Amino acid sequence: MTSFAERAQELRDEFALFDDWRDKLENVMDLGKALPPMEPALKTDASRVQGCQSQVWMVGTMEGDRLHFHAESDAILVKGLIALLLRLYDRLTPAEILANPPEVLKEIGLERYLTPSRSNGLYAMIGRIQAVAQAQAERTA
Amino acid sequence: MATEVRAAGDTLTFDPDAVRAAFPILGQEMNGRPMVFLDSGASTQKPEAVITAEAEFYRHDYANIHRGVYDLSQRASDAFDGARRKVQAFLGAADWREIVFTRNTTEAINLVAWSFLEPRLQAGDEILVTTMEHHSNIVPWQLVAMRHGAKVVAVPITDAGELDLAALKEMIGPRTKMLACTWVSNVLGTVNPVAEIIEIAHAAGVPVLLDAAQAVQHVAVDVQAVGADFLAFSAHKIYGPSGVGVLYGKREHLEAMPPWQGGGGIVDRVTFEGTTYGEIPFRFEAGTPDIAGVHGLGIALDWFGQFDIRAVEAHETRLMAEAQRALQQIPGLHPLGDPRHRTGALSFWVDGLHHQDVGAMLDLDGIAIRTGHHCAQPLHRRFGLEGSARASFGIYNNEADVAALADSLRYIVRKYG
Repeated sequence: MTSFAERAQELRDEFALFDDWRDKLENVMDLGKALPPMEPALKTDASRVQGCQSQVWMVGTMEGDRLHFHAESDAILVKGLIALLLRLYDRLTPAEILANPPEVLKEIGLERYLTPSRSNGLYAMIGRIQAVAQAQAERTA
Repeated sequence: MATEVRAAGDTLTFDPDAVRAAFPILGQEMNGRPMVFLDSGASTQKPEAVITAEAEFYRHDYANIHRGVYDLSQRASDAFDGARRKVQAFLGAADWREIVFTRNTTEAINLVAWSFLEPRLQAGDEILVTTMEHHSNIVPWQLVAMRHGAKVVAVPITDAGELDLAALKEMIGPRTKMLACTWVSNVLGTVNPVAEIIEIAHAAGVPVLLDAAQAVQHVAVDVQAVGADFLAFSAHKIYGPSGVGVLYGKREHLEAMPPWQGGGGIVDRVTFEGTTYGEIPFRFEAGTPDIAGVHGLGIALDWFGQFDIRAVEAHETRLMAEAQRALQQIPGLHPLGDPRHRTGALSFWVDGLHHQDVGAMLDLDGIAIRTGHHCAQPLHRRFGLEGSARASFGIYNNEADVAALADSLRYIVRKYG
């Protein structure tokens, strides 16, 4: 299992291939189109993430000592953002998730998506990932 | 940039290129492309005349208004009072006292809900709105209705996005205490037959508030000709500054209304035993208003008034028809509604593609539109949608904007639809 640092470096390398914002965003959209669907039973009111113009669902389940996330949206762009977050955080330990805020997203050019007033929900989704990790960390402490 | 008022009838020939050149913000690039601004329904851009006038007002003529005995305060008061008379003339109101300055359309509607309607509302009463209302013309009525066990009821619309007048005639009755209706839909662009609607309401003894936030910048407005009891609009949607709204109210209604917000400026005599209220419209303007903003609205109306509204309407109608024609040819793209008389807004959805994706991709091509429910959730639900993408037009848009929108949408639909 790769570490957070390795995963972040992979994203940096991948996005370094694109020179402009259009190419970066189209790459995010392509990742979104490739995101596997979430089990319909997991799309509940409790798993809904507020703060996004599209619908977003996200839940985390423990697999051994690691957190496994399931997430989806009805917008391709948001699915792409989910795909990026899963590449960074899926199947890490709660402690590793909490120790690594997603600074790399700014480095790859997504800083414009990282404010609470944006309608894409990235900020809210990061909040959900960290909250789930926090809850698990407290449970096992 | 000249900001003088022109004599009535002395209108400029409508030259779209010259009009566009008056808006400094439109010359910029967005995401490396020439910006195509199609979000005027949310807020219009400002002509240089308005920007300059507001800055110059702060440089040379600004002080708090009314009660000032010195010359500078008097000049500021004159500008403020002058703007009120410009609004009066613009709306065709009988009296300047019928013009109340608020922060925006929403506040104007809330004022009527609380000061006019609330005192006369009883359990079982109904307030009629329409399915195509903006939340700002639904929620204020719900708040006063809740307090008295009254109900807000929506008059339905047709599949074409037009108000069902037959249903209105059936629904209006002795329990109806108010009809609140938009003049132009902020989503569908539907221009409602407001004179006819008001006639129906008045025949049943029901007063009418018109939400004209999407109307004043697109169609000729005359409150006396249509017989409106109340009408609300926002300066920022008619090329003026943000933060200023207008409530027009018939004098007999305003005279009978108590103040809504307490404060300075609204009173006649204050003691700790009680306070007697001042005259209209000052009774409704508690506290220091947005003085420069109101002046800016006056200048915006001067600027807008240079043009024959029929020429503006013809230009915008032609552009929108062109946009609808171009968009309808894109496979899987569906315009929302098809009203006979449409202005301002053209909303649409694309099969298999979320409106947020459409907006984000258009942004890459430098095209600014709005996506979401546009504060009209009941309307979208009526069409089985959660939201839509909305292109909305202003006086400065042109054929190149429409072509850029259609080109970009064709690409997006081909790639992601």
